Amino acid sequence: MRPVTAASLTPHLMADPPADEPAAPAPARAELDPASRAWVASLRAGAPDRDAAIARLHDLLLRGARFEAGRRRDSLRFLRPGELDDIAREAADDALLAVLRHLDDFRGLSRFTTWAYKFALLEAAVKLRKRSWQDREVPVEAGAWEAVPGAGDPAHAAEFGDLLRAVRQTMDTALTPHQRRVLVALALQGVPIDVLADRLSTTRGALYKTLHDARRRLRRELAAAGYDLDLGREAP
Amino acid sequence: MTDHRNDELLRRLLGPAAPEVGCETCFDELDRYVEVELTGRDPETVVPGLGAHLDGCPACREEHDSLRALLAAE
Repeated sequence: MRPVTAASLTPHLMADPPADEPAAPAPARAELDPASRAWVASLRAGAPDRDAAIARLHDLLLRGARFEAGRRRDSLRFLRPGELDDIAREAADDALLAVLRHLDDFRGLSRFTTWAYKFALLEAAVKLRKRSWQDREVPVEAGAWEAVPGAGDPAHAAEFGDLLRAVRQTMDTALTPHQRRVLVALALQGVPIDVLADRLSTTRGALYKTLHDARRRLRRELAAAGYDLDLGREAP
Repeated sequence: MTDHRNDELLRRLLGPAAPEVGCETCFDELDRYVEVELTGRDPETVVPGLGAHLDGCPACREEHDSLRALLAAE
């Protein structure tokens, strides 16, 4: 565990909300359950109680980070021995700083441990997504559609579908170059959003806002052209 | 290419139709949302728009699924 000398949450997510974001929920607070109250009190106490609480919190966060690492183990078999756990430890260290920095933001609307776990899962997921793309170039936009079966092959044009063809055309005519680049990378080429944010020196939240605006523009244009955009709900 | 694969690609390109929260709000509310889900209640009643965001944002979906699985495993 690294010493707690500074408190900074890596701004993975910061951005303006999507334009159609529902009104932000009121910043309600709830009375803390006894276990959560004990966590918060001990983390605000003086030494040595606080030191012991921080050590327990780090254990909890490490459990969360290792859980995330375990879920991704199969896709990260190329890592050197021990590297996966090193990343989990680093994620737990960073999550600890984030939790302590945001302690005043804990509203008691969930258990404290649930609230803390999400920081560990975020830190671990972001690090592991980036690690899996560390030695890979983000594909260039040109040629992205050619990798989609049927999209560039006249022999399969009928199977490709009218709507998908219209989407492709509308992406070319209605989106800004930046919107198109982001949409192609995230939706067509499967680049993880944290990886693209890193390469473009922006944040995940800002990138999602761009993606959201591009999708809304596409939907507007296609609806105006008479296309039925009811795709049903995504399968879980 | 099958219709199913077309639909999946279209969903990725067009995103959810319903209004959605952004990544930051999703993170802020994720713990409450998952706990409500695990009680069997409809989490959309407490955080409207978060489900649509999970449909449109694979990264937030992964983190949601991990938190849910972690809590369920405890």
